[in-house]
Amino acid sequence: MTGLVILAVFTVLAVIGSWISPYDPSALSAATMSPPSAQHWLGTTNLGQDILSQILVGTRGVMIVGLAAGIIATALAVIIGVTAGFIGGVGDELLSALSNIFLVIPALPLIIIIAGQLPSSGELTVAFVISITGWAWGSRILRAQTLSLRRRDFVEAARANGESLWRIVMFEILPNLTAIIASSFVGTVTFAILSEITLAFIGVTSISDWNWGTILFWAQSNQALARGAWWWFVPAGLCIALLGMALSLINFGIDEFVNPRLRNTGQNARTMRRRGIRARIGFTPVAVPAQPAPLAQPAAPAQPAGPGRKDEA
Amino acid sequence: MTFLARRIGFYLVTAWAAVTLNFFIPRMMPGNPVDALINRYQGQMSSDAIASLNVLFGMDDTSSTFQQYLHYWSLLFHGDLGLSFTFFPTPVGGIITQSLPWTIGLVGLSTILSFVIGTLIGTAIGWRRGTWADSILPITTFFSAVPYFWLGLLAIMLFGVVWQVLPASGGYDGGLVPTFSGEFIGSVLQHGLLPAATIVISSVAGWILGMRNMMVTVSSEDYVTVAQAKGLSERRVMFGYAARNAILPQVSGFALSLGFIVSGTLVMEMVFSYPGIGYVLYQAVSAKDYPLMQGVFLIITLSVLVANMLADLIYALLDPRTRQEG
Repeated sequence: MTGLVILAVFTVLAVIGSWISPYDPSALSAATMSPPSAQHWLGTTNLGQDILSQILVGTRGVMIVGLAAGIIATALAVIIGVTAGFIGGVGDELLSALSNIFLVIPALPLIIIIAGQLPSSGELTVAFVISITGWAWGSRILRAQTLSLRRRDFVEAARANGESLWRIVMFEILPNLTAIIASSFVGTVTFAILSEITLAFIGVTSISDWNWGTILFWAQSNQALARGAWWWFVPAGLCIALLGMALSLINFGIDEFVNPRLRNTGQNARTMRRRGIRARIGFTPVAVPAQPAPLAQPAAPAQPAGPGRKDEA
Repeated sequence: MTFLARRIGFYLVTAWAAVTLNFFIPRMMPGNPVDALINRYQGQMSSDAIASLNVLFGMDDTSSTFQQYLHYWSLLFHGDLGLSFTFFPTPVGGIITQSLPWTIGLVGLSTILSFVIGTLIGTAIGWRRGTWADSILPITTFFSAVPYFWLGLLAIMLFGVVWQVLPASGGYDGGLVPTFSGEFIGSVLQHGLLPAATIVISSVAGWILGMRNMMVTVSSEDYVTVAQAKGLSERRVMFGYAARNAILPQVSGFALSLGFIVSGTLVMEMVFSYPGIGYVLYQAVSAKDYPLMQGVFLIITLSVLVANMLADLIYALLDPRTRQEG
């Protein structure tokens, strides 16, 4: 929940950031290296650029790359993973070998090498390079799940009914993969954002596009550290951390949805103690109330009847 | 045995793919990097260097791409990664062998440290689920979301600039000559403290979380209940039954992270200007030193492959069930 709110705030900022930013992020001014003040809420750089404006304008670049890379990589993962799991045989062997290779080859150095040799790396190019290296994990999980779905009764039934392959995949398999696809999408977005910011910070990608990594790049290259200009790099880093945390909170949410055992572990310590449940061993206090007390509140919400779980009734 | 053979076959294929990628990436890029570089160095390049460039980029018009590819392989087998431009005329291989020990020493130690600490904390939190211990989780979430290099910047700012207690960059004091003297080792330790601490802080969260979730899953298994019912001591059940089984994925994760010792902390070395392999890659990228870039990439990939292979072997030893799947 918190995760969604933070994500929403950043999404709004990405859209309106460049309108509400008080200054042009690249415009120079006389106030150089000034700490936060009424004119410049987050202070200025050594050239007098307004840092708040840089962060606001930079949000868009971060979000675009994250989203674009997330979409491309997830699409690749779904196509390759589900195909591999569904067709089986030699095709499966080849496709899983391909995704295993991409899984093993270290992503960040590969991205650095490719982006470092491209003459100009715009935002979409970066997103593309990141997604090429980032699809393999999702594809592997999707393949495993498809393999287990392929032989379930409802798929067999659809097959016996003579439904087309395309229809089976679209309407029987994919709906059951929604949670996994969502989780791998969120994971890829996190990975993409961190990679993009790291690339910008190293200075591999275009340093004239504003994003949070570029801000940190300039801060680092202009000795913001040695000059004690904390306002130059602390806000951008906090934004990254907040966004990353929001995304991983969302992913925890999805995880708990998929694996109910992990659910309600933190929030109701007191409830459990009051009802005399020791959480140590066995008996994960997830679904069942301790005694059949008709009026007592259930300890946990009932199993959500989402589309992701209809096969496990 | 077939399991082993399959895995080894897979890693051979992957190594081949990595080398081939390394060969084709510069060739797929638009423009002619060789001319650009020769222009930049304005005749200061020896004919040796130009020749090695031509082989590297396939600008050698007399031979086909396939012949170049074979030639590239034969160079690799002789351990020849070409000459670096930035440190001309040092061979790339030499630069890499100089920087590797720094990376392996520093990152290796801190990886082991964070694995041990993280697994212990994770065991404790997972066992006492539903108590105050769970409140550690949000903090770990925060630290796993913070980009590593930013944590490093903060650490440099606080310890290096504001309080000035620890050196902020480099692997040892510039005035010292690398020898096995007490003074030199002390300086190395002093310079390594800050990078190591930030690595541990940023990576320990992952270990805690993984171990905790496995403990939660394992502790509801029947054999844990049985052990508890037998009246074994709490400690014994926790370590001997629950943690012992929960640690399996951790161990294979640890073997994997050995691979990231070389690759995963590129950014750390860039932030701290630590003289390891990541810093070399950083210098190579900023100087557009293609041979060095590719050599580093190759070494990183190969070390990840070896670590993965180790991870597979360890896992197969620990958990016989995995051996069947292949």
